[in-house]
Amino acid sequence: MSRALGPFTAVLGRDLLLAWRGRADVLVTLAFFVVVVCLFPFGVGAEPNQLRAIAPGVLWVAALLSTLLSLHRLFAQDHADGTLEQLLLTPEPTVLWVVAKICAHWIATGLPLVVVAPGLALLFDVEQGALGVLILSLALGTPILALLGAVGAALTLGLRGGGMLLALLVLPLFVPVLIFGAGAVDAYLSGVGAQAHLLLLSGGLLATLALAPLACAAALRIAVE
Amino acid sequence: MMKDMHKPERSKSLFRFAAPQMFYPLAGRLAPWFAGIAAILAAIGLWLGFFVAPTDATQGDVYRVIYIHVAAAWMSMFVYMVMAFWSFVGLVMNTRLSFIMSQALAPTGAMFCFVALLTGSLWGKPTWGAYWVWDARLTSQLLLLFLYLGFMALTRAIEDPRRADKAGAIIALVGAVNVPIIYFSVKWWNTLHQGASVSLDKAPSMATTMLTGMLVMALAAWAYTIAVTFWRVRSLILERERHTDWVAAELNALEGKI
Repeated sequence: MSRALGPFTAVLGRDLLLAWRGRADVLVTLAFFVVVVCLFPFGVGAEPNQLRAIAPGVLWVAALLSTLLSLHRLFAQDHADGTLEQLLLTPEPTVLWVVAKICAHWIATGLPLVVVAPGLALLFDVEQGALGVLILSLALGTPILALLGAVGAALTLGLRGGGMLLALLVLPLFVPVLIFGAGAVDAYLSGVGAQAHLLLLSGGLLATLALAPLACAAALRIAVE
Repeated sequence: MMKDMHKPERSKSLFRFAAPQMFYPLAGRLAPWFAGIAAILAAIGLWLGFFVAPTDATQGDVYRVIYIHVAAAWMSMFVYMVMAFWSFVGLVMNTRLSFIMSQALAPTGAMFCFVALLTGSLWGKPTWGAYWVWDARLTSQLLLLFLYLGFMALTRAIEDPRRADKAGAIIALVGAVNVPIIYFSVKWWNTLHQGASVSLDKAPSMATTMLTGMLVMALAAWAYTIAVTFWRVRSLILERERHTDWVAAELNALEGKI
């Protein structure tokens, strides 16, 4: 087992170490998330009922935007210093280390959002029982965002204006995740129960986990060749 | 690729048109025909729609925008499917013409998408009382427009044509896989929130002239798409193959005509 997963753990460990060494970058993503969420009450007014109603949507949109903001880092540095080419030249399956890189990226940028989100939800006076659903929906949904976004990041690798292009490419694809993620919390709050939404998110996660790395690997080969 | 002009391959197979050099004259010959068919059908369709078809009992004359709206909406979705198909063929068979085809289709698809949204909102104001409703169909049509724009922006942003071709093909396929997911998620999201306040499904049974007009307009949109795509394919081929002898000869001939 360890031999088959060798490249996976090696790349995962390396990327996590890199993220840890450059943790200021990671913290900026997190700070962006917090600031965007805190901006909404200023925009829409501090009326508690209204804040409670928009909280799931605001948290989800902010999570989506901060994911988008950090995506370009996924491959850019490895592309610039040639690591990516070396990785593509290795006989190890590309999909394996691509998944490892996405995993490490999610642990560095997605997981902190999941941890911080309940605290921010309290600022919006969200019912405490819904916090579990919020955490679960983000924990299931943000990996999908990272996986889909990785395809876009690989396609726009090294392009001029890649950031805006990346947003245009992946945001329409993020919509279903947003609907089911924010919908899960709404459904819980309205008493319908979040099970259906969470199951759909889990299904989506499994499907993207199976398909997105393949597209991502193909896109990386195109970008480097 | 740089085949000698004087001995073109005389294969009987239709696949010979997969070579840009062979497809270029064929597209040039067929495009004006399709353009003519499109013009005639559009004239018939609009005449049927605006003068022959009866006024709708509930909506009045406003409904007549349907003759443009429905054709554009059908076409915008269909063109994306065709685009994804050619992208797939291009990735599997590695034929350059397939990629050129999908890139030539994209602007037309985006245009129809935009027309469908525009006419839809103009139609929506008098009938629903708002230019925009977050209805499942409208929303997914809007997202389809974004998918088109993303595809076009990506293929334009990459300078190396081979990379642009393949990257565009991948995003077209990713989009094609996502279109049904987006549609059903948006539909579910909408029904959860608003209930079916606006539904285009339960249209009252249509008069035959209305249906005929719509179908004729849809056929006109098809013919238009084919004609415009062929012309665009020709330009793209000339641009891509500008280093070859046959393009040089072709351009010389064109200059001679002017």
